[in-house]
Amino acid sequence: MDLFHNLAVGFATAAQPANLLYAFFGCLLGTLIGVLPGLGPLATIAMLLPITYALQPDAALIMLAGIYYGAQYGGSTTAIVVNLPGESSSVVTTIDGYQMAKQGRAGVALATAAIGSFFAGCVATLALAALAGPLTATALLFGPKEFFALMILGLILASVLSSGPFIEGIGMVVLGMLLSLVGTDLNSGSQRFAFGIPQLFDGLDFVPLAMGIFGFAEIVKNLEQDDKLSLVTQKITNLFPTRDDFRRMVPAMLRGTALGTLLGVLPGGGAVLSSFASYTLEKKLSRHPEQFGKGAIEGVAGPESANNAGAQTSFIPLLTLGVPSNVVMALMVGAMNIHNIHPGPEVMTKNPTLFWGLIASMWVGNLMLLILNLPLVGLWVKLLTIPYRYLFPAIMVFCSIGVYSINSGTFEVYEAAVFCVFGYVLIKLQLPAAPLLLGLVLGPAIEENFRRAMVLSRGDATALLTSPISAGLLAAAAVAILLIMLPTIRARREEALQE
Amino acid sequence: MKGLAIRNHRAFASGVLFLAFAVFFFATALQYPAGTAAKMGPGYFPRLLAIVLAAIGLVVMFGAMKPAADRQALRKWDLKGLAWITGSVILFGALLFPLGLVGALFVLIVVSSRASSEFTWIGALTNAAVLIVLCLAVFVYGLGLPLPVWPSLLT
Repeated sequence: MDLFHNLAVGFATAAQPANLLYAFFGCLLGTLIGVLPGLGPLATIAMLLPITYALQPDAALIMLAGIYYGAQYGGSTTAIVVNLPGESSSVVTTIDGYQMAKQGRAGVALATAAIGSFFAGCVATLALAALAGPLTATALLFGPKEFFALMILGLILASVLSSGPFIEGIGMVVLGMLLSLVGTDLNSGSQRFAFGIPQLFDGLDFVPLAMGIFGFAEIVKNLEQDDKLSLVTQKITNLFPTRDDFRRMVPAMLRGTALGTLLGVLPGGGAVLSSFASYTLEKKLSRHPEQFGKGAIEGVAGPESANNAGAQTSFIPLLTLGVPSNVVMALMVGAMNIHNIHPGPEVMTKNPTLFWGLIASMWVGNLMLLILNLPLVGLWVKLLTIPYRYLFPAIMVFCSIGVYSINSGTFEVYEAAVFCVFGYVLIKLQLPAAPLLLGLVLGPAIEENFRRAMVLSRGDATALLTSPISAGLLAAAAVAILLIMLPTIRARREEALQE
Repeated sequence: MKGLAIRNHRAFASGVLFLAFAVFFFATALQYPAGTAAKMGPGYFPRLLAIVLAAIGLVVMFGAMKPAADRQALRKWDLKGLAWITGSVILFGALLFPLGLVGALFVLIVVSSRASSEFTWIGALTNAAVLIVLCLAVFVYGLGLPLPVWPSLLT
């Protein structure tokens, strides 16, 4: 069996003591930072990125994956203990998780989240391993037209799923794509939008932009709203779910995992959509829908399994097609580029140990989180009591050093300062930053594939519609746009995405 | 014309932002040869995107003036907090080479701490001491990142 052979190769890489150690540190740091209020996975990864600069590519990727899962899990912990979602995918966890905590069952809720996440992680890792081969084979058949259409579909779906009006999401995507054109045009070698600044010839760096918007500007926003945390102060004693809890959480876990695994693969999907969908499903299926919102364990088990499964399978489009399906994946592209790895179908064929090692280490990371989090819950909760006035200068420090270390230059630091102001404007206008970053990451590839497709068709744009695959993908994008224009769906989307 | 008042100020400003960027990129892209669809020059794709963005900006602006639009005001701006935070980052960039990491971090931490309404000198100075030691241990000695630690005059 190819699958098992490949997984064996992967585990041989992931189980090397050094790599295990990096996975461990990644999970530990990811949780540590992810637990801190106001820091989602994106800011966490951006902040911890410099730590991986000095590592070998495979070790760096393994550590980053660990950081990602740790940050995800950290977000769930704050959702349960202080009713503050660390990130959007744990918003639904706050509904029932915090209620459980108020009833003195914080430990059980945390354990449920950890067990659900671990189970979902195992299934999603297998799905990733099984789908990687066939999808990569498909991707190798894709020409410029098909890639162009696929990326358009991904961007449309990402804007459909981001909060706020759809048209503004698309506007942010296009603005991101325009910003991505800054720098050298690869076809002609000429400079665009660089205004003679040599540091811009390589384009706008993704990391300073992400840190400016999601790190610095976010701090300004948090400082404005001086609200106090409602910490559940009881000691967390009992971690173990009762037999009745198990009876209720297992089916929810299974359904959440299945849903998350499927939705995570969709471009534009991922953890957020999965957790919302799972919560809705559990509430629909439950015989006691009135318990939801009052500490129903299914409302924690389902979404937590779903968001972890979705978080993991959202690596599938990235690693096989080279298309990041959400902002965190876009940041992973940035991180991989720093290590000179360009995600896409070639990674698996050219660098199988790295590819399968990464997949295996995802499973290892999930296992570590399970082992790490349950005993350390008390420590994580303590971290939440650090006042924000001490915390945010620390975030500033890590982000600033991180931005500087990209190129050992201060230009990137100034760039981050500019994007801090820009990010603040976006916050005030309630414009979503996530589509901007996706546009920024995908822009160059879209232009490249568009130009190539047009060269091949001698400038005939209808060629995009004559290839069955690209026509199908573009049709799917059109359907998504039409659907969102329908008043009923629009209302339900606003309901689901409002936070 | 009763229907043409701006009802949603937030959306209208967003539309203006899109339109302004579109005009800026389009005007700049005019310097680059566009080529033809079959043989695009460096200016073709930026112009295309800028036109799309301008259209989106106009749609958003008109949407904000429709009689059916939600009434939404612009949110209040806190320029002081923004200035402390942004200023501290710029100072960090400017001081890193002349002052070294220790000095630049000190300035960064103290200046950014001013953005908090709960600022105290003792708190900020203690925090600075702790964070500087932590950063030296992690980034300079632990990870060996090439950072100038002390002022350039001393080394």
